[in-house]
Amino acid sequence: MKALLAQVRTELTLMARNGEQLLVSLFIPLGVLIFLSKVKVIDLGRDDRVAVVAPAVLALAVMSTAMVSLGIGTGFERHYGVLKRLGATPLGRPRWIAAKFLAVLAIECLQWIVLVGAALALGWSPSGGWALAVAAAMVGTAAFGGLGLSLAGSLPALVNLALCNGLYVVLVMTGDIVFRAGSLPGPIETIARLLPAAPLVDVISAALDTGHTAHAGSWPTLLVWAIVGPIVAATSFRWE
Amino acid sequence: MPIVEVENLDVRHGDVHAVNGVSFAAEAGAVTAVLGPNGAGKTSTIDCLEGYRAPSNGTVRVCGLDPVRDHAALTRRIGVMLQAGGLHSAIRPVEALRLFAAFYDRPRDPGELLELVGLTDRARAPWRTLSGGEQQRLSLALAIIGRPDVVFLDEPTSGVDVTGRQLIRDLIRELRNDGAGVVLTSHDLSEVEEVADHLVIIEAGRVIASGSVNELLASAADAVTFRADPGLDVASLAAAVDAPVAEVSPGAYRVDTAPSPRTVAAITSWLAERNLLIGDLSAGRERLESLFLRLVAEAEARPAGDPAQGSGRRGRRRGGRSAGAR
Repeated sequence: MKALLAQVRTELTLMARNGEQLLVSLFIPLGVLIFLSKVKVIDLGRDDRVAVVAPAVLALAVMSTAMVSLGIGTGFERHYGVLKRLGATPLGRPRWIAAKFLAVLAIECLQWIVLVGAALALGWSPSGGWALAVAAAMVGTAAFGGLGLSLAGSLPALVNLALCNGLYVVLVMTGDIVFRAGSLPGPIETIARLLPAAPLVDVISAALDTGHTAHAGSWPTLLVWAIVGPIVAATSFRWE
Repeated sequence: MPIVEVENLDVRHGDVHAVNGVSFAAEAGAVTAVLGPNGAGKTSTIDCLEGYRAPSNGTVRVCGLDPVRDHAALTRRIGVMLQAGGLHSAIRPVEALRLFAAFYDRPRDPGELLELVGLTDRARAPWRTLSGGEQQRLSLALAIIGRPDVVFLDEPTSGVDVTGRQLIRDLIRELRNDGAGVVLTSHDLSEVEEVADHLVIIEAGRVIASGSVNELLASAADAVTFRADPGLDVASLAAAVDAPVAEVSPGAYRVDTAPSPRTVAAITSWLAERNLLIGDLSAGRERLESLFLRLVAEAEARPAGDPAQGSGRRGRRRGGRSAGAR
């Protein structure tokens, strides 16, 4: 327990010291929330823009932390031999993985507190489906964390860096909020619904926005990603 | 009873046979140095001992444990210092030591260790801002924080300045005197000669010599060595001094004979007749570095498949331009 807590504390300290990671996990989602709520670049089809944007941004925060921050950070740790060095200590892999997971959850909590606070200040009045929203975030964490670690554990650090960021952009573009505005062609929407981003935005929106109904395929798709992602990560991860 | 035992270890990476039937043992309370040119198989061997790699064949035991199967139990008994890196670029020495202290049941005090490796002033400097020597000293402190029974040090003094070297040497001796087994690899042979009790010399995946430092150096005979232009006619010089002469590496010559003033005079007059300059003339017992170069050169010159290996004392090769200069 002492070893696990020490590792979690170290993970959080190092993340907090990394400006890029703070940017990705806090300021980008915050910027998106304020921008899309206040600036009418995309027609959301409704006047209460923040009600549409806030749940999507909460999903975005999960994606950026569980996939981008975790994936890029772990990729560099692998590159610099940090994982090899830890592998020779009694910490062990199960506790290392647990520490990563707990650190990601702690950051997500912080993100949600800041983002929900900001959204409320922007006039958001969410419906009360918080339990479902949190459950969706946990499943999403498993799905995106699995994706991030699959890339981090099998690719060179710089390729991983590029791919994590690239994938992030693709997932944001196909993350439901864009095509809810009717701007994605049909076949691309079908593909987007099979990727994990759109379903996560969809189920969190359904939980927190009474004006939104979840797509029938969203929960099953998300659950499949949440199972397959970690399995692929666990089997393909190379520690050196 | 040895604390590290390696028997007929084979490691293959695909088609490459990196380690080919290596056997040796290391004792508790002793420093064992694994030496060899780059690519000789040192790192592959150490990786097996640390449990990072499973042997393709043969057995490896550390503290009586199988490093792969009993990895969790082994991690409590060993300390590992990698050749480079191994820490997050933003972590501070004091944080790294506190973190690692939390992994072990009976850790040494982080503050005391910082003092011991001379990093008290740099306790809060991020890893990436530490000099090469400071990074190595921190890595050593992390390797010993759990009071290990066996410490593996990969090139512990590479990139370390003179005072840092002295400090690391003292620490290694202290660990040995406290009863730990220390296994280190190094390119710095003068370093090894100072701290190691036992040597294992590996070349092309095989042990070409092993034994205590005294034993191996005892097999090193008297000689006169000097430097001059490369490519001298060693047969002619051998005739002039009446002793075997070899060019051990380009421009470095060894005359296998008792270092009498007469021999030295014969060498210098032979050079003077040819109007050649002489440098680094030394007469006396061969040191570890030249012994090592000779053993490696002999192993490379031997036809493949020659099983000669692992003896404490080795006969020496005589004759003209013998040991293959590369």
